[in-house]
This record gives sequence, C-alpha cells and structure tokens, in this order.
Amino acid sequence: MPVIQFREALNQAMCEEMQRDPDVFLMGEEVAEYDGAYKVSQGMLAKFGPMRVVDAPISESGFAGLGIGAAMVGMRPIIEFMTFSFSLVAFDQVVNNAPKVRHMSGGQVKVPIVFRGISGPGQQLAATHSWTVDALYTHVPGLKVVIPSTPYDAKGLLKTAIRDDDAVIFLENESMYGNRGEVPEEEYTIPFGKADIKRAGKDCTVVAWGKTCLTALAAAEQLHKDHGIDVEVLDLRTLRPMDTEAIFASVRKTGYCITVEEGYPTCGIGAEIAAIVQENCLDSLDNAVVRIASLDVPMPYSKPLLQHVVPDAARVAEGIKKAIYFKG
Amino acid sequence: MVETNQKVEPSISQMLEWYRQMALIRQFETRCSQSYQQQKIGGFCHLYNGQEAVAVGSIAAVRPTDYVITAYRDHGHAIARGMDIRSLFAELYGKKTGCSHGKGGSMHFFDVSKNFFGGHAIVGAHVPLAVGLGWAAKYRKEDRVVLCYFGDGAMNQGSLHEAFNLAGLFKLPVIFMVENNGYGMGTHLHRHSAVTDLKLRSGDAFGIPGKDVDGMDCTAMYKMILSAADYCRQGNGAIFLDVKTYRYRGHSMSDPQKYRTKEEVGRYQEHDPIGRLEKQLRDAGALDDAKVQAINEEIHNQVEQAHAVADADPYPDAAEVWQDIYSNPYGPYQA
Repeated sequence: MPVIQFREALNQAMCEEMQRDPDVFLMGEEVAEYDGAYKVSQGMLAKFGPMRVVDAPISESGFAGLGIGAAMVGMRPIIEFMTFSFSLVAFDQVVNNAPKVRHMSGGQVKVPIVFRGISGPGQQLAATHSWTVDALYTHVPGLKVVIPSTPYDAKGLLKTAIRDDDAVIFLENESMYGNRGEVPEEEYTIPFGKADIKRAGKDCTVVAWGKTCLTALAAAEQLHKDHGIDVEVLDLRTLRPMDTEAIFASVRKTGYCITVEEGYPTCGIGAEIAAIVQENCLDSLDNAVVRIASLDVPMPYSKPLLQHVVPDAARVAEGIKKAIYFKG
Repeated sequence: MVETNQKVEPSISQMLEWYRQMALIRQFETRCSQSYQQQKIGGFCHLYNGQEAVAVGSIAAVRPTDYVITAYRDHGHAIARGMDIRSLFAELYGKKTGCSHGKGGSMHFFDVSKNFFGGHAIVGAHVPLAVGLGWAAKYRKEDRVVLCYFGDGAMNQGSLHEAFNLAGLFKLPVIFMVENNGYGMGTHLHRHSAVTDLKLRSGDAFGIPGKDVDGMDCTAMYKMILSAADYCRQGNGAIFLDVKTYRYRGHSMSDPQKYRTKEEVGRYQEHDPIGRLEKQLRDAGALDDAKVQAINEEIHNQVEQAHAVADADPYPDAAEVWQDIYSNPYGPYQA
C-alpha cells in the first residue's frame, strides 16, 4: 500500500471528488497560484483551472458566505481557512448561515459545504492565532465536526464530508501535514459518527481526537513499556455526530475514562464526554473521568511557556497514572 | 449601464398587475399589524408599508429562473415573487403549514420553488450569500441574475463590503439594491453613514456601476431593473442601486418612532407608490372609483380568508423540533 503524507491524502480526496463531481470547487486564501499556504492544494490549479481552484481575497466572511450561497443552489464548495483562527472573522457565516438556513427554510434549502483548515496551537503563534476551535463548532446544532488523526482517516473522512449534504467543519493540524501513513489506491470513504480504536487495551480508556490521538498513543506506548499498563486509545474521528456508544463500550470494559484535548477544559469536549459518561456508565467507573487539556489560559508565544500549556505525552501519561490510581 | 433590448414601457395590464400586488402587500400587512396586536404573531415583525414599489417593480423585471434574496423586511418580496399568502400568514402564526414550517417566522420566508432564498435576519449577512448565488450562476454558465435587497443600515456592515469586492472582482451577475428608507432602525442616514451618497460607498469603489432610482415609483424600478439585468446577463458583472424609498411604519412593530415627526411621514405619504400608480392608471382610463373599490374588496376578502385559514391551521408537533436540521445526522453513510 502506498505511504503518503497527510497533506497528500487531503489533496487526493479533493482531487478525486472534483473529478467525480463538477459542482465541487475549492476556494480560499492562497489555494491556487501560491499552491496552498501549507501546500495542501499543491498542483490543483494546474489540474482544474481558476474557476475550480480559486484564490479569495482576505475576506473570510465574504468568501465563507459566497460558499454558503453557492451551496444553497446545490454546489459543493470546499472553503479553506488558512487557519480556523481566521474563521472567527467569519463566525456569523459559519454558525448562523451554514447550519441554520436549512432549518429556517423548513428544510427547503440544503447547504452541502466543507470548511477545512488547521486548528490548534501551532508553532508559537501567540493567542489569537492559536485557536483550537473544536468545542466552539461542536456546540452548534446543524454543523458536523470532523477531525482526523491519520492520512488514511483524513482522506476517507474528507471524501465523505464533500459528499455530505450538510455543513461540515473539517479540522486539520499544521504539525501533522508531513505525517506519513498507508493510504490505499482504491476508492474508500469513512462514515461519520464511527469512532476507531487506535490502540486496544484493557486497563483504561483514553478518548482523543485529531492530534491528541498521537499524543495519547505515545503516552500509551511509554506506559506499556515502563509499567505494563495497557491503555485503550479511542479516536472519535467526528465530534458531531459523536460515537457515544463506542465511548461507553470501552469505558464499561476498562472502568476508567481519560479525555485528551488541545482545547480548553472549561466547557470543552472533555467536559461533555465526562458528563455523558457519568450519565450512562456510572456503575462501571472506578474513578471520576479525568480531563487532560490545555491550561485555561490564552496561548503564550514563548516556546517553553507554550509547551507548558499544551498537553504532551508526559502530561498525558501522568494523567493516566493518576486516573487509574497507579503508584509507581 | 447598457441600453436594454427589451420592451421598456410596461403595458396597462402589467401596471394593473403591479397595482394589485402592491395593494395586496399593503392589505396583507394591515392584517399583520392587527394580528401582531392580537399576539398571533411573535418575535419581530417589520412592515414594508411605503416600500412596496421596490419589490414589485424589481421582481416584475426579472425571470422566474432568477434568484431573489433579501433581508428581514421580506413580506413584500415574498408576495411579489408569488408566494401563497396563506403559507405566509401560517408562518407568521408559527403553524405547521407555514412556508418554513413555523421555524422561521416573519424574518425568514423562503420558497425555493420560486427561487426565493429568504428572508435573512442578521444585518448584511445575506449579501455574501447573494454573491454565492451569483457565483453558482456564473460557474455553471447559467443565464441568471440575482436580486439582492438590504437596508441602508446594512451599508455599515463589513460582510457587505467584502461581498461587494468579491462580486466586482469575479464579475458576478448580482443586482445589489439598498432599500434606502433613510433609517437604520431609528438612526437617520446622516447619523449612521459618513458619506450619504451611497453610490460612493459601493459601486465605483468595487468596479460596480452605481445608480440612484426612485423607489416610490414602480415603473421607474421596473425600467431600471430591466436595464440592470441586461447589463448583468451580458457578463459585465454586478450593479449597485441606491433605491430611495421610505417606510411609513416603525422599524418593527415595537418602535415608538421618537426619531421622526408625523409631518415627515406625511410628506412621503403624499408620494405613496400605490397612489401614484393608481393616478397613472386613472389618467390612462384603466381605473375608476368602481374598479379601485372592486379590486380592494377582492384583495380584502383574499387576505381575510388566507388569515382565517392560517389561524385555524395546526401548530407543528413537538417532534418537529428535530426536523430540518440535518439532511442525515450521520452523513451519507449511516454509522
């Protein structure tokens, strides 16, 4: 099976969907002539031309809204935000128009649009440029939120997102674009709302999504090597819809639940998971649900400070040990 | 702007139809006003009295295949686009039979079968959507134009200026119409806009020609839109129109109108668009007292009947709250 980069998997997904459906187009800042700020759309302008791979001016609200308007008459826009930190300039379009036009028209209008780009703290970009937007957008009925952790998942989930008839937020991570993984040459898609066990284990359940799956897997391997602790890592893959049954099944098996996120603990995804796990699996729990998240502060610039704020494998490993009462 | 190839002068029968439509909008909203006071209508209700010629004259000049999108003062556009007033009353009353199943209310009328894409309540936020409709038409090489309406208050929103730039940059077939009634809610144009000639704040700045038009004159609106639509259909890009109009009622039903005098309202009512068209039709011998009375009685009956039916219609079931949110909550592939 070919081994390709995460960004190539995304590129393949977009190219394949644009080949099969003439209503799919890509628009965003620097996606065309520049070949993509992070090279995700490399070569696509040459392949599809300027009507289908379109450089937008720095007007997030404008081009997000343009995409929604085009989707209202059945086109399937892929709108790239250079980073989801900039999507906040278009917040009204993303949380009001994209997910609510269908509702407020009594189901007459569908909005099959994908907003994609990077989310997460990145490389020392300071507070306004380092948003982890997963909880912000998962909060909104009418949106779907997708966050892949591997090149395989990225391609399969993006193809599903483009074919989906609703507004999809597709979250990527700058530090993962160069990650490599096996991606089959033949056609495949991955359903939404289906979590994936990235590492099976019996001692505790770690729920993660996107980049924190990789952090959790690194912590799990370290704990296994050092202490023989057998961690199960459940990758949610989509946050809305969320595969709650997979979470409950794993927690009922292991008795412990730890969540790991790059976002904030206050009203975060981990907080939501903690709530639904105690509502549904209280009798199976041997300890409270433990949330591991970024510290509840604006993202600092300085490298050691940033490393202190964002959870790494060592912090996750410590959190897991605490959660399962491991003394050693 | 270009010279239109179409027959510019409207026929008497067209003008009679406009008169009928404007009278229908006026009487529909008289009933809305009563129903609001009777608390049959909730939320905000923004009436269109005085501005009827804008929607009627402009929509008369385009085709059923063209796209129409507007802001929250949308009753007139919906009726001019031919929506069934029973479904509008039902929507206002929050009924199952409403055009938006009782999910949208006064500010969110939609009828996709008539290419009427709302009814949008966040000021200026639908202007980028209009540009997207225009983008789709251009991308698909379809012969369509977009009529996009907004108020003068929306001229101060960033999303509108972003949308203008995109429409100018991509040369999209959109007719932007500011329904300039002089007030952004209760704040007069002179107090909300640094430059009050709105053409200067839109058209030329973005490569979009701008024109003024008398929005109290249905025929002037019709002629201007015919010409603007021709310009767009020929691939020249967008047009901006500063449509001078006036609303007789408050911003919404809850507006005490302390920001203007009754005399000011009276001055504009002397140029009432319905009265003006009526005079033209009387001068042409197409209307007389008896005909005017007959038309208005017929419309009155139509409005009262639609209201009564909608009033008796059922509310949606509680289970309806879960409908119309997703096409399929789990995407195209069931988990």
